Amino acid sequence: MILGLPIISVAIWLPIIFGILVLSTGNDKNAPLARIIALVGSVLGFLVTIPLYTGFVSESSEMQFVEYHNWIARFNIHYHLGVDGISVLFILLTAFFTPIVVLAGWKVIEKRVAQYMAAFLIMSGIMVGVFAALDAVLFYVFWEAMLIPMFLIIGVWGGQNRVYAAVKFFLYTLLGSLLMLIALIYLYNQSGGSFSILDFHQVLIPMNAQILVFIAFFLAFAVKVPMFPVHTWLPDAHVEAPTGGSVILAAIMLKVGAYGFLRFSMPIVPDASNKLAGVMIALSLIAVVYIGLVALMQTDMKKLVAYSSISHMGFVTMGFFIFNAYGMEGALLQMISHGFISGALFLCIGVLYDRMHTRNIADYGGVVHTMPVFAAFFMLFAMANSGLPGTSGFVGEFMVILGAVKVNFWYAFAAATTLSFGAAYTLWMYKRVIFGAVANSHVAELTDLTLREKAIFALLAFTVLGMGLYPLPFAEIMHASVNDLLVHVARSKLPL
Amino acid sequence: MDLMTNLMPASAEIFLLVMACVILIAGLLIRQNNNSVTYMLTLATLIGCMFVTVGTHVEGVAYAFHNMFVDDLMADVLKLLIYLAVAMMLVYSRQYLVVRGLFSGEFLVLTLFATLGMMVMVSASHFLTLYLGLELLSLSLYAMVALQRDSAQSTEAAMKYFILGALASGLLLYGMSMLYGATGTLELNAVSDAIAQGVQNQPLLTFGLVFIVSGLAFKLGVVPFHMWVPDVYHGAPTPMTMLIGSAPKLAAFAFVVRILVEGMQSLAEHWTVMLILLAVASMAIGNITAIAQTNLKRMFAYSTIAHMGFMLLGLLSGNIEGYGSAMFYAVVYVLMSLGAFGMILLLSREGFEADNLSDFKGLAQRSPWLAFMMLLLMFSMAGVPPTVGFYAKFAVLNSVVQAGHVWLAIVAVMLSLIGAFYYLRIVKLMYFDAPESHAPVVLGQDTAMLISVNGLAVLVLGLLPGALMSVCAVSVQHSLLLH
Repeated sequence: MILGLPIISVAIWLPIIFGILVLSTGNDKNAPLARIIALVGSVLGFLVTIPLYTGFVSESSEMQFVEYHNWIARFNIHYHLGVDGISVLFILLTAFFTPIVVLAGWKVIEKRVAQYMAAFLIMSGIMVGVFAALDAVLFYVFWEAMLIPMFLIIGVWGGQNRVYAAVKFFLYTLLGSLLMLIALIYLYNQSGGSFSILDFHQVLIPMNAQILVFIAFFLAFAVKVPMFPVHTWLPDAHVEAPTGGSVILAAIMLKVGAYGFLRFSMPIVPDASNKLAGVMIALSLIAVVYIGLVALMQTDMKKLVAYSSISHMGFVTMGFFIFNAYGMEGALLQMISHGFISGALFLCIGVLYDRMHTRNIADYGGVVHTMPVFAAFFMLFAMANSGLPGTSGFVGEFMVILGAVKVNFWYAFAAATTLSFGAAYTLWMYKRVIFGAVANSHVAELTDLTLREKAIFALLAFTVLGMGLYPLPFAEIMHASVNDLLVHVARSKLPL
Repeated sequence: MDLMTNLMPASAEIFLLVMACVILIAGLLIRQNNNSVTYMLTLATLIGCMFVTVGTHVEGVAYAFHNMFVDDLMADVLKLLIYLAVAMMLVYSRQYLVVRGLFSGEFLVLTLFATLGMMVMVSASHFLTLYLGLELLSLSLYAMVALQRDSAQSTEAAMKYFILGALASGLLLYGMSMLYGATGTLELNAVSDAIAQGVQNQPLLTFGLVFIVSGLAFKLGVVPFHMWVPDVYHGAPTPMTMLIGSAPKLAAFAFVVRILVEGMQSLAEHWTVMLILLAVASMAIGNITAIAQTNLKRMFAYSTIAHMGFMLLGLLSGNIEGYGSAMFYAVVYVLMSLGAFGMILLLSREGFEADNLSDFKGLAQRSPWLAFMMLLLMFSMAGVPPTVGFYAKFAVLNSVVQAGHVWLAIVAVMLSLIGAFYYLRIVKLMYFDAPESHAPVVLGQDTAMLISVNGLAVLVLGLLPGALMSVCAVSVQHSLLLH
């Protein structure tokens, strides 16, 4: 509580209310007004989350800024919100990206502007809710509600094959979530009638049930992350989504899945998590190596970055399931850093696509001659994506590898190949698009970044470099919570 | 005096019957435009019924007509919801019927008689009363389906409905007669006691149960007794489809609860298995077949089959929580179904039925508000939060898991995932496709208001579902524990 306001609730509902306001501006005649309200709403939405960071007590692993109200009495469901060191940064990340996507769609989106802006604002509020919910049903409601705006964003403003991608995205993620719902109901009955996630952490569950619960959670979260082999919806969704949609998908939505592992799978069913850790690590490494190779072969820039996301998220899930502080903190840092970098890369591709209306690498070449400023920014983000020291991409990957060495040298070895694959596919793409002679007349007519675009990229470049050079504020805040989680995971919850 | 107290529990029914007769005569005598006077009278009657039902409510359970008729909390709550659903249906369909010259006095009177039938079903505590109510409802509906005399499709639908409905009634009656043979009574409480004490002729009882469950399944329209549903939904004029697809589901819920739970709770181990089969088959065939439909009314027919299957899941869990969740499901389903059919009615105009999937193409550009309402309704039917349809599914799944059928819950969610596809397709048509016609969507003030309330109710109840859930749970609990 600051100034008597429940901050998390404000962070959730403020963007949603602004979203409704934007919707009420009606048709495209009022588009400029819709844009301005959306920008104001998203900036305010970010500002209200700042007290969550400044007021956060990083020594404590307890839930902070807790809000607790009755919601559905019959099932003992509460409107229960709170943040710990694991979730607080993601709330900020979510709120940070909303103004960016609003700005990124400023000129490009010309039809149904109000609906577009409103969809992003509403989704922003919902995603904050996902990270802050401490009641399983509340979490599930936010979790599923997230699908509706994203479905519309892909389907209405997407590319050629948008309907297929939107439906695939929706059904794929719904499939995973529904099984999670059964697991949550099962836990409700096991815990003696509580839907509180923190109570779930205390429930004793026999091993075979733990494994089934783990699988149910796995399907829900792995689809979102996405982990190999349930990743196939992501390239489709990314390719068809408008730039803003891709940014939010890559920067936030994938993190929601990984966050689920930390909040649900690992503390609720630690024994099953330990038992199945080998499988999880294997799947993660397949993602890192195999998907890395797949990325190398892409001819579509967006697809390439999409596959690169899957590969990087493989790093994250591996970091979780090696069960040590380096791995887990590294994975969390990697998640945040990947949010910035992949968001930035999708914005870069968006900038090119807006001008050329193609994402094929082969259609480009020599862009540096016409867009030097853009080439410089793109260079920075490409380097960060390949994990160059000094950028945020390096910190997380390095820590995860460090953690992995402690467990098994070969895990670390396989994971470290990503540094070369990542560099290979990112820089090769960069070289083909940016360098060389000017490929065709379209490239020759390109104009460099506008002031609005420069501002967006400068902001992102600042965070990517800042986090790379001085990651301490990010690592510090999650320390206590991560240690607490590790203690929790090490404790068996089998009934005696 | 004694007679009066005896009739008290049935006062709402008596009031409705009297008013139906008055409206019948008034319709002949008063000169009026498009039956506006009788229409208002009908609505007033439903509102009046509401006051009577609330006014004559008593704590506990009151019986009338020598225990053939019961007035308890569940009956009262369901009756209030039935009035509401019927009134909504009347408001939605008025314009549609006026344009087609079908808004006659008979329509209104038949609607009231159908309502009376539902009320009797809801309040029955005797097999014959149940049957009486059911037949009154069914006969009114047969006639309503056939109301559009010059339409071959409607006539065919009415014929099918009538013949299969008569068959189902026969099955029910046959089952009841066996039950009577086995227990020597037709009164629900007495049947329940007799079975609990042990019956000499067990096979007779079991056969009776099978026939009764088949009859119920026919009336609910669940697989494998569902064949009439798509044809009737498709063939009937849309307002009649709307009526068939809404309030009677509440009566059917009460019907099933009265017979299976109040009458034959001790046979639960037998009927639970039957309901599992019916429920799974309905959800599977309903959801899968719905995907192949191009006609919206047929699609909703299959969707109804699937939803009724889901509702049965709540009943088969065999505990009070489960019955409460099934009631909640039925109420929510009626709300969504009214909205969905209401949308078809609103988009129809003279000489044009908006009952094909392609008629919804590009609705988001023609009328963003209506499209948004339909989006809410469709996501609710698919069970996606934050709409109320999610909590309906959630409550049912919870009772299924509680009853120990975790695998059944998994089957149910997998089948509703398939269901999500065709609801999603409507959203896709409305939002992603370009409109085929640019005819302006003209709405009356009353219908525009109603569809907004209906759509937003799905969202608001989705954010705050607690009260309605509790009402359903408490009323079922109240009624079943007191009997």
